[in-house]
Amino acid sequence: MALTKADVIEQLSAALGFNKREAKEVVEMFFEQIRESLERGEQVKLSGFGNFELRDKAERPGRNPKTKEEIPISARRVVTFRPGQKLKEKVDQHAGS
Amino acid sequence: MTKSDLIDAMADKQSLLSYRDVELAVKLILDQMSNSLSTGERIEIRGFGSFTLHHRAPRIGRNPKSGESVSLGEKYVPHFKPGKELRDRVNTAAGN
Repeated sequence: MALTKADVIEQLSAALGFNKREAKEVVEMFFEQIRESLERGEQVKLSGFGNFELRDKAERPGRNPKTKEEIPISARRVVTFRPGQKLKEKVDQHAGS
Repeated sequence: MTKSDLIDAMADKQSLLSYRDVELAVKLILDQMSNSLSTGERIEIRGFGSFTLHHRAPRIGRNPKSGESVSLGEKYVPHFKPGKELRDRVNTAAGN
């Protein structure tokens, strides 16, 4: 089982009394605003949860594992997530279960 | 962008909900995500990405100051894999 957008919307309307349309809009906007910030090249810091950061990777040599053909992996910007202390502690305890 | 910048941006962009409602919603969304991961349940948000747990085997660590060995138990750490839409948008915006 995985937590999906539909589950988040469901729980939001149950907990805060939002109707389905409001809950859906707020959840979609939450993820969209994070995407837009990262698109602008701006990292996102959500205290207690974690930070979404950007890394610029230079071009590097790659290889097609099937054909063994050498093909360069182009330069790219990637998103990385660094979990916050609170989230790390919460998740760590899962090791006991 | 911080959590309060995110709340401001969301409150500005829509008219259905009050600032207070948006604030509560953001806190609740993050709580749900943390709770889900802390029970070992993965998170899958299409177009954004997925969060899973990665296992870390027990190891012998060392106190860098005293040089003393300390045994560290196994643990789980959160891992995020960006979804295709997020990957493509960020990379395209960077001019690659």
